[in-house]
Amino acid sequence: MSVVTLKINGVDLAIEEGSTILNAAKEAGIRIPTLCHLDGVSDVGACRLCLVEIKGTNRLLPSCVTQVAEGMEITTHNDQINEYRRMIIEMLFAEGNHVCAVCVANGNCELQDLAIETGMDHSRFPYRFPEREIDVTHERFGIDHNRCILCTRCVRVCDEIEGAHVWDVAYRGAAAKVITGLNQPWGNVDACTSCGKCVEACPTGSIFRKGSTVSEMTRDRAKLQFLVDARENKEWTR
Amino acid sequence: MEKIKFATVWLAGCSGCHMSFLDLDEWLFDLAQNVDVVYSPVGSDIKDYPESVDVCLVEGSIANEENLELIHKVRERTKILISFGDCAVTGNVPAMRNMIKGSDPVLRRCYLELGDVNQQLPHFPGIVPELLDRVRPVHEVVEVDIFMPGCPPSWDRIKASIEPFFRGEEPVMEGRDMIKFG
Amino acid sequence: MDLQELHEIGAKEHRSQKPIRVHCCTSTGCQAANSLTLKKNLENSVKQNGLSDQIQVVGVGCMGFCGKGPLVQIEAKNKLYEEVTPDDAASIINAINNGTTATAAEGDLNHPFFAKQMRIVRETSGKIDPEKIEEYIAAGGYESLYKVIHDMTSAEVVEEITKSGLRGRGGGGYPTGLKWATVAKMPPKQKYIICNADEGDPGAFMDRSVLESDPHRVLEGMAIAGYAVGASEGFIYVRAEYPLAIDRLEMAIKQAKKLGILGSQIFDSPFDFKINIRIGAGAFVCGEETALISSIEGGRGNPRPRPPYPAQSGLWGCPTLINNVETFANISAIIREGAEWYANIGTEKSKGTKIFALTGKIRNNGLIEVPMGITLREIVEEMGGGVPDGEVKAIQTGGPSGGCIPASLLDTPVDYDSLIKLGSMMGSGGMVVMDKGTSMVGVAQFYMEFCRGETCGKCVPCRAGTVQMYQALTKIINKQATLKDLEKLEQLCQMVKATSLCGLGQSAPNPVLSTLHYFRDEYLGLIESNQNGKKPPQHQQPATAHN
Repeated sequence: MSVVTLKINGVDLAIEEGSTILNAAKEAGIRIPTLCHLDGVSDVGACRLCLVEIKGTNRLLPSCVTQVAEGMEITTHNDQINEYRRMIIEMLFAEGNHVCAVCVANGNCELQDLAIETGMDHSRFPYRFPEREIDVTHERFGIDHNRCILCTRCVRVCDEIEGAHVWDVAYRGAAAKVITGLNQPWGNVDACTSCGKCVEACPTGSIFRKGSTVSEMTRDRAKLQFLVDARENKEWTR
Repeated sequence: MEKIKFATVWLAGCSGCHMSFLDLDEWLFDLAQNVDVVYSPVGSDIKDYPESVDVCLVEGSIANEENLELIHKVRERTKILISFGDCAVTGNVPAMRNMIKGSDPVLRRCYLELGDVNQQLPHFPGIVPELLDRVRPVHEVVEVDIFMPGCPPSWDRIKASIEPFFRGEEPVMEGRDMIKFG
Repeated sequence: MDLQELHEIGAKEHRSQKPIRVHCCTSTGCQAANSLTLKKNLENSVKQNGLSDQIQVVGVGCMGFCGKGPLVQIEAKNKLYEEVTPDDAASIINAINNGTTATAAEGDLNHPFFAKQMRIVRETSGKIDPEKIEEYIAAGGYESLYKVIHDMTSAEVVEEITKSGLRGRGGGGYPTGLKWATVAKMPPKQKYIICNADEGDPGAFMDRSVLESDPHRVLEGMAIAGYAVGASEGFIYVRAEYPLAIDRLEMAIKQAKKLGILGSQIFDSPFDFKINIRIGAGAFVCGEETALISSIEGGRGNPRPRPPYPAQSGLWGCPTLINNVETFANISAIIREGAEWYANIGTEKSKGTKIFALTGKIRNNGLIEVPMGITLREIVEEMGGGVPDGEVKAIQTGGPSGGCIPASLLDTPVDYDSLIKLGSMMGSGGMVVMDKGTSMVGVAQFYMEFCRGETCGKCVPCRAGTVQMYQALTKIINKQATLKDLEKLEQLCQMVKATSLCGLGQSAPNPVLSTLHYFRDEYLGLIESNQNGKKPPQHQQPATAHN
């Protein structure tokens, strides 16, 4: 194993070659906000919250998919990056119908937490109030598209860990949405094993357990990484 | 030092924010010592929003003609306008009707489609204010100085947001205690 | 097949050609204007007059002057007929035969629109039948491929392309030789060539024209690239909206395979190269290379972060060379004439020629191929003949990723770097001329509407940001915006540019930023008319709840 040295926010750091900037920062105790990243599944670099500045590069790079390199000098937070992150969160709130007050995930929601973290006390963008559906045809779970932020964690967790590939994304632009099966009601999709991994993966209250009411939904996200570790490294306990 | 002229306004909201305000209990006495409550649905009997108000808490979103008129008056006559609670900050529950585009479809849905008896559209010009086509958070209509999210904001968040004014300061709206939605 | 056999095919074709060839355009544009009936009438007329051994009617590809189509050209007589209807056919054949005047309007081939062109990519376009490989071979086609396979090493080919200074014609302007060298240096396992024919910019139709008019030129370029980088398979990703291009490509591939020019052991050498067509389903974002690759793989056409670049890990994880149609179409000429010849054309950093689709408020609409470094003024005023009844206000280049250049900068030379300096870009070659009556805020809104509809929706800034930018522009156009809204729009543009995942989002704000830069007054005018006309909200009788 070879090691590279780099600087994050001025702090020197040695880390395994091939590691991502996000992991390196985590090891250094520096938190970079993320939303589409989920331990245990592949990264797609879609939410753009983990963008960092690298000296000598004129583009911001997503730390979840950018590998460390020898001598890198990384800045994870500055006024501009912070501002961009807040705008991203504002845009997410403005594009869906996120009503925390009546949401099952209120208090256990990564989007809500990120609003706090990025200092979003209001959205400067006008709310769009799209018309979206709720699918409660599944016996145990439901999906409320009003709360979906298209992080595609459910898609990846179902594909990569459960291997069922029930979820995917359909349409494009503002009309893009996650779908089950070939855009069928969830309850009609035979491929679904009802394992509930998508429920654990969802960062908001979009995919929920039926019967949960406001603020009741808690999740066990670490379970996903545990499953991967158990399979790949034979670590049976956590 | 002259007392702060303090007001609270209730627009399209459930009044829960005002209830939470009343949860301040004995601190309301402190408040009364530091401010003059010049207008409030829960703390004053004055009917018209007065001139030169220093601080005003606005609960609720802008949903009808009356809300719209009042908020413009409030803005003109107030130094520091605080969006008070999620309805004021985001539109929240009242704004969920925006998904059914327009006021007419909303009224039809409520009073005709879902009405069991006496199905009719309410229309009393000059008495019942007309609904606006779209419910908007306060800052989409007028400038807002401070945002205090929460549904409702807890009494301690309200206190922390008002108290600094006693010292001529402004509150810092940061962190889970101050700006968590819901 | 050896070189002599190749030459024999060409010679045989030459022998079969009649002394007078009547070229009738059968590209999409002219077909839409009834050129197929025209062609049939021309043929009938030749037959009826018993001229079949002297005159040959040939359905050819695009001649360029699309605004005046259908076009008919008689090269031997140096005549061009414009806006020809099927009824004009007999009189044209008569004119050739008897020297009478045809009923169709005669075009001026000495007009700057033609005279100022320099045709490399389009050298045989509009002159040969795109559906006959023999005509391409007769014009010297596939000799370059033969030459590289038999006389050059792979490294020499890469070196030649590098020396030519050719840069990617898809819009980015990345040095082609460097890209080839990167793929060539990857370990010798499975590699792929991809031809990006997913041309999607509004107002751009250069690639369609090349594919329809001279498909073999693209195939030859791809095969040479395959030889140079060590790939044995190529894909052409062409949008479904180009059915004629697809038909002609399929035909061309079949013909080339039959002659042993594509497929296994090309020209009796160990080099294999086969070409497949993949048809896009109409998503603009699939022009982005990683989205395109995902689409070929059968996945959703979503871009992914780079690195790794396709040159390292592309189609099915293999090193992949991906170039645009026009880039590939340049290759055979560079090999034939040499890198030095090519490098002498154009400017210091932008070599060769570029095809532009000249459209909008301009007299002469159509396709032009011009050397790099020509000024916008020469293109618009001389070749394009200027704006009919009016003045040029701006020129939009680069489509939704480009920007608007004001008339005051018409003397700018057209090359990659000059256009970028002006906040626009070369793009794939769309050039839309706008006159004084055009609202520049409206233009920005148009392109934003396009991007809003075409973003794949994967990354937040592009998906949600284009919607918000569109709304902000609409607010300005509706005279409801304030200066603060404008400031917010500018911040949003910067943010979407800086944070989006792929080129679509990163460049989506360009039309707004460039119009804001050069035509800020128009934005301010609309905002001012809001503030001047601002009335206090009108209400009915006040009815406050506390009364």
